[in-house]
Amino acid sequence: MKLIFEKSVSDRGCSLLPPCDVELVPLPDAQTRTTPPGLPEMSETDLSRHYTQLCRNVHGVNCGFYPLGSCTMKYNPRIDEEMAALPGFAGVHPLAPVHTTAGCREVLDTAKRYLCEITGMADMTFQPAAGAHGEFTGVLLIKQYHDARGDSKRKKIIVPDSAHGTNPATASMCGFEVVNIPSAPNGCVDLEALKAAVGDDTAGLMLTNPNTVGIFDENILEITRLVHEVGGLCYYDGANLNAVMGVVRPGDMGFDCIHMNLHKTFATPHGGGGPGAGAVGCKDFLARYLPQSLLMSGEEHIQVRSFAGNFLVVVKALTYLMTLGREGIPEAAQSAVLNANYLMRKIQGTFKPAFDRICMHEFVLDLAEFKQETGVSALDVAKSLIDYGMHPPTMYFPLIVHEALMLEPTETESRETLDWAAEVFRKLYALAHEEPEFMHQAPHSAQIGRPDEVRAARNPILRWQTT
Amino acid sequence: MGSYVPSTRAERQEMLEAIGLKKERDLYRDVPEHMLLDRPLDVPSGMSELEVSRAVSAMAAKNRVFSTVLRGAGAYDHYIPSIVKYIPAKEEFLTAYTPYQAEMSQGVLQSIFEYQTMICELTGMDVSNASVYDGATAAAEAAAMCRDRKRRVTLVSAAVHPDVINTIRTYCYGTGDTLRIVPIKNGRTDLTALKEMLTADVASFYVQQPNFFGGLEDAEALGQAVHEAGAMYVMGCNPIALAILKTPRDCGADIAVGEGQPLGLPLGYGGPYLGYMTTLSKHMRKLPGRIVGETVDSKGERAYVLSLQAREQHIRREKASSNICSNEALCALTAAVYMAAMGPGGMAEAAKQSMAKAHYLASGLCEIPGVSLRYSGEFFHEFVTDLPRTQEALQALEQADILGGLPVEGGILWCATEKVSKEALDQTIRMVKEVLAQ
Repeated sequence: MKLIFEKSVSDRGCSLLPPCDVELVPLPDAQTRTTPPGLPEMSETDLSRHYTQLCRNVHGVNCGFYPLGSCTMKYNPRIDEEMAALPGFAGVHPLAPVHTTAGCREVLDTAKRYLCEITGMADMTFQPAAGAHGEFTGVLLIKQYHDARGDSKRKKIIVPDSAHGTNPATASMCGFEVVNIPSAPNGCVDLEALKAAVGDDTAGLMLTNPNTVGIFDENILEITRLVHEVGGLCYYDGANLNAVMGVVRPGDMGFDCIHMNLHKTFATPHGGGGPGAGAVGCKDFLARYLPQSLLMSGEEHIQVRSFAGNFLVVVKALTYLMTLGREGIPEAAQSAVLNANYLMRKIQGTFKPAFDRICMHEFVLDLAEFKQETGVSALDVAKSLIDYGMHPPTMYFPLIVHEALMLEPTETESRETLDWAAEVFRKLYALAHEEPEFMHQAPHSAQIGRPDEVRAARNPILRWQTT
Repeated sequence: MGSYVPSTRAERQEMLEAIGLKKERDLYRDVPEHMLLDRPLDVPSGMSELEVSRAVSAMAAKNRVFSTVLRGAGAYDHYIPSIVKYIPAKEEFLTAYTPYQAEMSQGVLQSIFEYQTMICELTGMDVSNASVYDGATAAAEAAAMCRDRKRRVTLVSAAVHPDVINTIRTYCYGTGDTLRIVPIKNGRTDLTALKEMLTADVASFYVQQPNFFGGLEDAEALGQAVHEAGAMYVMGCNPIALAILKTPRDCGADIAVGEGQPLGLPLGYGGPYLGYMTTLSKHMRKLPGRIVGETVDSKGERAYVLSLQAREQHIRREKASSNICSNEALCALTAAVYMAAMGPGGMAEAAKQSMAKAHYLASGLCEIPGVSLRYSGEFFHEFVTDLPRTQEALQALEQADILGGLPVEGGILWCATEKVSKEALDQTIRMVKEVLAQ
């Protein structure tokens, strides 16, 4: 479809501003731009239709099943959007006098109280704008803690090889050396490997539990104890919190600090790649190291972005928390786990789970053998799902499973949807044995065929230009 | 209580049985029994939608929203066209994830590609990423882009937003790199001091245009000095000002970043906002974050994908220069709709009117005995006045539903946008005059 620039007509526009009611003041010539920016010139009708056309070529949670593992694509309630758009929130300046922003502080305080209770933490910041940003903040808490004690020998952060790439990247951004430890055959932390890795140079451990293969690590107390014993701290990556919220708390597992993805676990929409919100919680002894806005607080703290964070996202998450409440929070977690296990069971007999046991909120299929048998890859299966109107699962992650497809159905899918999804997987399993070539070419009915990614990387075209 | 779980109790029991379990607790049999929470969460019971709506609206009602906002300092109250609110609210845009599966996300990918183009047009730069968290993180990521083995020092002008400086400081603390602040003279970066500080270990210098005090920097001269010392020049520019202001490209910037909030995003008590981030072609592969590129599909048709992913953390892990993945895509979409709705003419109009109204306010205030501009020289839509009895003046304005400027260093940092009427400006001037006459 045409780009917005290809629809632009010179001198078209929307009528938005009144004439200026005071005298214009020219910029000095030396400071003035020589040519106007080549922005589109559109009527409001053109604009409305352009974006309506674009949104038809997007699959959202509202369109259909979205079992993208580790992303927790649950339904995003509309009331949450409505609350965040209230002028009483949207119109508040971050530097307005404190006595005029009591409502904003009530939102932050209430969300903090609920989330600390859910995670077993003592204090919290909402400044981080996303999960990776939360990781950065959390690991900086660990760094400040060691620095404040003059404990300068702690240069290493331990990360299991099943971890998301953000974990090691975060440790590097915080100046730590990354120690990757292999996973045990069951996908959990290899205790012997951990024992060999910890020492008086250990700053901390970054871990998610349930882990990235969807298994709750039953040795978790032993793991956090081993790290604490050598003077390190334990960081909980909250990517998988949806499985356990209200059931078991990271604080009780021995973690010292944690980030949550409000845009996963607490139902705020992903917006095609943000805005998220990465609330970071910590135990009491780390609270003094939490970030703050210098301009808002006047105090010297670390700071990971301007002002108080993605506040309107917190409004959405709080609305969700208040809706679910003490009963609904664990119910959501249990239903997420139930849905994952039900779907895994329904697929059984076709694609093989990487770990054949009760899973948490997500599970990983291992297609290595299947690929040898049929020549059809995890990518082919993923692309074939698109023809059924299902968003593909996360592919080729975690790295410890080759030909991985990771499915996370979430609690907001009905049994019929899960039955239907399992049926689609069964059909594709059969199709791969009958007509593998057809699957190599999938998708067949999407807006585009498979894009040439190599060409995009070798010959980068990153903006539109007049030809 | 509220719930978004569609399956009924009976269905859930059947599903449990289908997987060979009896009760929901059995789902957690890997969790050691003593770790399970043995009490209900200490949070209130869930509520119906109507109750929640009342409760959250009551919180919003405890905030004060001013009809006239004369405060900026990093968050600007520009007019947001109606269509700019409706388009990003479309559920498909709202509820999609990062466009990993290009075949199912061409709409998101194309919208980001268009955003990247518009930001390049605004800044004059070659390449834009799909956004980062906000202007402060964009500045910090830009500083990180510039460092190499020999050049580890980051210079930042003291006329930069304090939150931006503190964020860069924090990122430098992470990697163990040095940040030095270049002093100001008459509210602008001191060029002579900068030249002295540009030692061989300096990786980059960051300046804000217009700066925190509203003043226009001599950005070309600063850039020249930076390049003479072999360092990289990073500019943080207000995107509305860029509709009329000399582009960072023309000022010699290697990297141009900024806070995108003025492009149609509400004040929202500080977020979500949008960090835009651009550079020259030669630094393309150092740019962090998501980038959308054009390619062709299997049928040879034009298509868009997330591109240059070899830079990113999911491939490079600990060797990646940034850990960013989720950014502010929906805010970037909002900004793109804003720029398209305003067009080049509308954006220039908003910039000119903001500047005109700020100057009208400044000259009106400075006619009051005891009030003067703290710094001489050109300014855009913000300026600092020295003004006795700052608190009283601001309180009087507050009672008239006007959010006055921000108290800074004994003076007031004022801001005006196209949204403020001449009437409101006259009223402001009159009220300040009355307070000071008492």
